[in-house]
Amino acid sequence: MDTDLGYWIIPLAIIGGAIRVSTPFLFVSLGEALTERSGRINLGLEGTLVFGAMSGYALAYLTGSPWLGVLAAMICGALFGLVHGVICSLPRVNDIAVGIAMMILGLGLAFYFGKPYVQPVAPDLPSISFGWWSDIPQVRATLEVNVLFLIGAVLAVILWWMLRSTKIGLTLRVVGDSTDAARAMGLRPAVIRTCATAVGGAFAGVGGAYLSLYYPGSWNEGISSGQGLMAVALVIFARWNPLACFGAALLFGGAGALGPVLQSVGISEGYYLFFAAPYVLTLGVLIATSSPTRAMTGAPGELSITK
Amino acid sequence: MTLSVSEGTPSARPILGLAGVARKSEAVLLPIGALLAGFAAFSLFLLAQGKSPADFFALVYRAGFGTAFSWENTLSRAAPLLLAALCVALPARLGLVVIGGEGAIVLGGVGAGFAGVLLYGTPALIALPIMLSTAMAIGAIWIGAVGALRHYRGVNETIASLLMAYIAIALMNHLVEGPLRDPASLNKPSTAPLDESLRVGNMPGWDVHWGLAFGVIACLLTWVLIEKTTWGFAARIAGGNARAAQVQGLPVGKLIVGFTALGGALAGLAGFFEVAAVHGSANGSLASGYGYTGILIAFLARHNPLAIIPVAVLLAGFEASSGLVQRRMDLPDATVLVLQGFVFISILMSETLYGRFKIFAPERWRSG
Repeated sequence: MDTDLGYWIIPLAIIGGAIRVSTPFLFVSLGEALTERSGRINLGLEGTLVFGAMSGYALAYLTGSPWLGVLAAMICGALFGLVHGVICSLPRVNDIAVGIAMMILGLGLAFYFGKPYVQPVAPDLPSISFGWWSDIPQVRATLEVNVLFLIGAVLAVILWWMLRSTKIGLTLRVVGDSTDAARAMGLRPAVIRTCATAVGGAFAGVGGAYLSLYYPGSWNEGISSGQGLMAVALVIFARWNPLACFGAALLFGGAGALGPVLQSVGISEGYYLFFAAPYVLTLGVLIATSSPTRAMTGAPGELSITK
Repeated sequence: MTLSVSEGTPSARPILGLAGVARKSEAVLLPIGALLAGFAAFSLFLLAQGKSPADFFALVYRAGFGTAFSWENTLSRAAPLLLAALCVALPARLGLVVIGGEGAIVLGGVGAGFAGVLLYGTPALIALPIMLSTAMAIGAIWIGAVGALRHYRGVNETIASLLMAYIAIALMNHLVEGPLRDPASLNKPSTAPLDESLRVGNMPGWDVHWGLAFGVIACLLTWVLIEKTTWGFAARIAGGNARAAQVQGLPVGKLIVGFTALGGALAGLAGFFEVAAVHGSANGSLASGYGYTGILIAFLARHNPLAIIPVAVLLAGFEASSGLVQRRMDLPDATVLVLQGFVFISILMSETLYGRFKIFAPERWRSG
């Protein structure tokens, strides 16, 4: 079988890379979309992501089950979200600043407790081969899709439907659009926002577990380089719509895969510049979609970041 | 978004006497209380790990503040922290949360290092000011761009500045491992080492480089700018209510770009000293997290440039002692990061307490 695909290997590898790299973006952005829809922003998800990666890896190593690792990451993420939510419920406390503090605390705790787990090898999460029909190994590698990616895709649809058509979704949107209106309806905005932040944290924790348990698939202090933060920016780009989050995550995943892919085919010139591609893309997208005069379409009214 | 800044609204008439003392002591005692609460939470964390908090703080004191040598070590580390904290405190006057000072430090350092290579053989009296202003100009452009994006495009400054810090670090890696790399630097890619005459030395009498003096002077001048000039006054108005300030005819856009650019210039200055006084060439050591510690310092000092000086020295002491603490107590190097996280959260939670304690209320102490 002729496997010399020439430069066709680049788009193929980018598609495969997009699927692999996008999963953490997808989970963090879905969680953040939920949190921001309730009118609060959690910038600390970078810390939650890294702590999720550490706790997931540690538990998977100790129990031998990667799924218990994912569960642990989810619980830890929810706890981080809960703390953020409760602190932000205090009057006059700035949610953006609390996010920065939670980011530092999350990173600190993850590195502190994660030190013994840098060496050991934990079991990986399983993936499904959709490339069985092809004889070309590159195509097979591209279509090797992790289960969490599929779960994330399904969750995006469920969240979109939930926000649109269910009572929970309506409650969340009311709280996010107007604290006063929510109070008038007899809702308790602080409690609902805290719950939304906790659920958002759980999503980010799962995204972290994917990092350490599948791709890149090991735990070290450099495991995330701003993915959690980029995902927060990605939510603005996706206009707080979970389905758009899915598309945006794939786009960002592709940008993140650019550097490694070019290096794998021997283009090492400007490697570090390609490495910066996702950050430049995020910034470009923010500049293109923001506006100083008009309110952003789809933005929750109570969100401090767009006020 | 808005950010509460200490004494955010200028009061119509000054509160004098005991009433003024009561208000001032609230602004001093509450942050100190929050700092101690953060230490207490961290102590509980250490106890839960079976480590002794008393040992920890004793070691920090010994390694950070115990001897003349440890003071010199602490003060050398305080220099970049002072400047990095000002890069957060200046935009905060306008209600902006800029957290990407690390990017200006890193690129300012690369600029200073490269200028130093180009100026090889030039007298220090000419070369050093050029290196210094290159670093400040790069920093000013980098963070000023964040302010401009915020004002003219409505881009959130917190996210934009942090993204730009990541971009800056990638740029630095590209430059020091590619076009600007000294072929002789094998293990650690760097720019060519600075000529001995272009190295910034220590201040006379002690083993601390000139960066500390520049940092302290920058804090004093920034305080004067914020508290005693019309620009500082205008910035406080604009930070309180941008729309009202615009209606009043204040140049909000110029203020935002000016304050962010000034903050960036000071962070770039920190990069200059890291290269010219500490490392001797620009390399990966520039991204050592001073910009991020600066965020915590600015918030602890409640964005007051005078308060930044003691707070920066305190946190520099913790960083200076981290090596000894790690070895003696067998703690991971992330311990200081955990401590910083606890203190940061504690100080933010204390925001909710302002005005809650009747003892600090000016009315209680006003005579007559």
